[in-house]
Amino acid sequence: MARGYRHIGKATPRKDARAIVTGKAPYIDDIRLTGMLFGKVLRSPHAHAVIKNIETTRAEKLPGVKAVLTYKNVPQWNWGLPRHESTLDSKVRYVGDSVALVAAETAEIAEAALELIDVEYEVLPPVYDAQEAMKPGAPQLFTQFPNNTLPPDPIKIDPKLLQHVVMGDVEKGFAEADFVAEGSCSYENFPHPLPPEPPGVIAEWGELGELTLYVASQSAAMNKYTAQPVLGLADIRVIGTQCGGSYGTKNANLRPLTQAAALAKVTRRPVFLYYNKVEHFEAYTVRLASRIDIKVGIKKDGMVTAVSGEWIVGGGAYTESGKYQIAVGLGETMVLLRCPNWNLRSKLICTNRIPTGVVRGFGGQELECAWLPVLSIAMEKAGLDPVEFFKKNYAKAGDGYFWRDGNWWVCRGVDYSKAMQKGAEVFGWKDKWKGWGVPTSIEGNKRRGVGVGVHGNADVGEDDSEAWVKLSPDGRAIVHACVSESGPGQRSSLCKMAAEVLNLPLDRVNITPPDTHVNPFEFGLVGSRGTFTVGSAVIQAAEDALRKLLELAAPVLGARLEDLETEDGLIYVRDKPERKVPWRKVMGIARTVTGLGRFETDFSLPSCLMQFVEVEVDIETGKTDLLRVVSATDCGQIIDPLVLNGQLHGSLGAAGIDTALYEETILDKNTGRVLNGNMLDYKWRTFLDLPQTQNVILETPIPSHRFHAIGIGEIATSPGPSAVLMAISNAIGKRILDYPVTASKILKALGKI
Amino acid sequence: MEGDSKVTIRRVKDSQKGSISLTVNGWLYELAVGDKPGEVAPSHTLAHTLRETLRLTGTKISCDHGACGACTVIMDGETVLSCITLTMDCDGKSITTIEGLEDLETGQLHPLQQAFIDNTAFQCGFCTPGIIMSAKALLDEDPSPTEEAIKQALSGNYCRCISHYEVIKAVKEASGRSDTNG
Ligand code: FES
Ligand code: FES
Repeated sequence: MARGYRHIGKATPRKDARAIVTGKAPYIDDIRLTGMLFGKVLRSPHAHAVIKNIETTRAEKLPGVKAVLTYKNVPQWNWGLPRHESTLDSKVRYVGDSVALVAAETAEIAEAALELIDVEYEVLPPVYDAQEAMKPGAPQLFTQFPNNTLPPDPIKIDPKLLQHVVMGDVEKGFAEADFVAEGSCSYENFPHPLPPEPPGVIAEWGELGELTLYVASQSAAMNKYTAQPVLGLADIRVIGTQCGGSYGTKNANLRPLTQAAALAKVTRRPVFLYYNKVEHFEAYTVRLASRIDIKVGIKKDGMVTAVSGEWIVGGGAYTESGKYQIAVGLGETMVLLRCPNWNLRSKLICTNRIPTGVVRGFGGQELECAWLPVLSIAMEKAGLDPVEFFKKNYAKAGDGYFWRDGNWWVCRGVDYSKAMQKGAEVFGWKDKWKGWGVPTSIEGNKRRGVGVGVHGNADVGEDDSEAWVKLSPDGRAIVHACVSESGPGQRSSLCKMAAEVLNLPLDRVNITPPDTHVNPFEFGLVGSRGTFTVGSAVIQAAEDALRKLLELAAPVLGARLEDLETEDGLIYVRDKPERKVPWRKVMGIARTVTGLGRFETDFSLPSCLMQFVEVEVDIETGKTDLLRVVSATDCGQIIDPLVLNGQLHGSLGAAGIDTALYEETILDKNTGRVLNGNMLDYKWRTFLDLPQTQNVILETPIPSHRFHAIGIGEIATSPGPSAVLMAISNAIGKRILDYPVTASKILKALGKI
Repeated sequence: MEGDSKVTIRRVKDSQKGSISLTVNGWLYELAVGDKPGEVAPSHTLAHTLRETLRLTGTKISCDHGACGACTVIMDGETVLSCITLTMDCDGKSITTIEGLEDLETGQLHPLQQAFIDNTAFQCGFCTPGIIMSAKALLDEDPSPTEEAIKQALSGNYCRCISHYEVIKAVKEASGRSDTNG
């Protein structure tokens, strides 16, 4: 909806569109710095082992090899919450873990050198399952984490970080309930978000000890402020490249970053560390594993009286952000349910599986996929329609919740039950929903079923952002904001916001490259925060710049500031539009005018996305087809409809909805390897398997900023999986509490195998 | 062959190891066979030669094993996956890459490129060159394909951002079939 806006709400080509369709957009592997070396990593064939001996002489002698580093001679940097990762270690904890690093003149030489490194391992017994790993006597990954459990202690930078939701009196709550349901469910697919571009970093140390990093990241600046304390407060400059897909996974992964920095430091040359697809699959990061044992009390009318349980989070061998994902996941669950009594506790566990990291859905998707199916049991007992249940329970203005920072926030957002209702109408929910465990239709062996899921995130207002808007006398503006482009189109959307405030044509507003040297502080494009947080900073900076410009103009035009208007780089007095003076007349040609903007964390405006799905299950073969997905949200104000619709379609990718159907990495328990770690064996949705999709986007003005908008894209992957589980359970009349729902699980549930 | 090409940018006259010739986007390249920088080694894939030797980096490598379509180029009218095509097998062939679609003299984009811009038919854009090349091969063969034919032609192209719906729309638009529903 354009609401009288000049740019906002209208579909406009992305600023980088031409570069993308002509192949000129510079992704990281398109960059070659003078003298750049290529880095490669020797990876562990064992899931758990100690390096007894490592011999690198043969590799070092290979012509073209410039450095071979092992745990013995690598610059050792440590990170993690709490610290448990290092550049290289004498112990390996998963198949694919780093053993040694090589830098060479070409990638081929570096690869050849890896083969010349001789390693002797003492193989240790592995543990792959989180619950097994917690048992006494289980193999221990880190001496500092008894029972492979990360300590529950508060972390320094976020002392109240939410790790448990404890409030009210659950016993009293259960006593008040009309129905109590209890159960376990697991969402432990370790699915791979798998952006098309593998991860990569270029590191270069300057003569004065300054480190320049080129990163393929969705949040270039995040690499600076997370790496800086780890790298001894080095003087770091980060430059973001065009990023070939991230979905959360390419924020600031310190493993490749520190390894590239180590090789560059030792060789005094720029070093490019770029994963191939096999490494990307086997040795990067995947989605957290999640298992829940939970009990919920519910009233006849759908009010929840108590939630109590334990959430076991499997972090794999290393977990760069597990604690934050738990914090956000717990907060998101509170946003979903108005419940006065909670005792929901979490545990973060290490196992000898691939490390986990940031993925869109960030903890919340993992928690809700495990927990909503159990909540469904309670709804079924109470005979409630899930759409009505969610409409009633989702946070509304005045409702409170703990958010990730451990503070109690009061919602001041819009009532999302309207969007849920509209989505239900478009989907035809009333006709298709026949009750729990009842198919929508039966035709021969084919049974259709419907399901619904919901998710929301108050991180749309997380953390701080700064922006400057610089006006030049030629009637143009540059937005200074350290914003990367990994797909969501945010760089272009921010230009639209500035152009709207400054009343300039869109082609006269541009944005600086994501470079920490030329931009003020930026947290990064996570949690759909760009629209609200960076948007607020940019709007404020544009308004500030405009005010300063008009202050200069007032004496020139002999008018009061409040009577001045600007359009297309011209200024005029409102009631004398015939006399317009160009900006350069009031600025002179030797001046720029810069406005400043800053946004600070505001967790009071959660987003919301409900997804309705329809599936068809063949009860003879167990094959399931996803037929239709309707996504319903209210984002306050659309900034660009094409961009937003694209983001919502993203629900079908990046370890999203298909984690309910087929997306998983399959572990070979004998070797610890991922069996389907390549793009032929890992299943992904093609052009031939597209369900019908519809996006229902309401625009109820949200009190965020001048344009009343908040972001939603990040969580597009989140409500779908549990909705599909529900739909399959309804189609076949058997409850399934395990992902993905493969054909054999269906046939087993039906007693056919 | 040489007479047809606009420019010859590299000639290797008397290499004992021999040379191969490739026409890429209408330019003839003669490349020596060997291991040195600028040469074509027997192990080099076409994707490698295009990107590293000719520095035509618009062609993307994602899986590097023939499973995702990111590296799709057109060779003598047919799409090929350049990551599993050996350059040595391309001697005398004519190749079109994403860089060859725009008219470099007028700056005029191919209708597909324009339709991708108009429909924002990409998110991260990493899959886009491959998808556009697959779509171009389709339109060259069938200027007015059905939606089913479009989906078939693109079924080997991985797009993890899920820009499929916008891509289908853009391809239809470029083919003048934007009226079709979908
Ligand atoms: S990169 Fe060639 S098919 Fe994937
Ligand atoms: S646009 Fe990102 S993978 Fe297709």
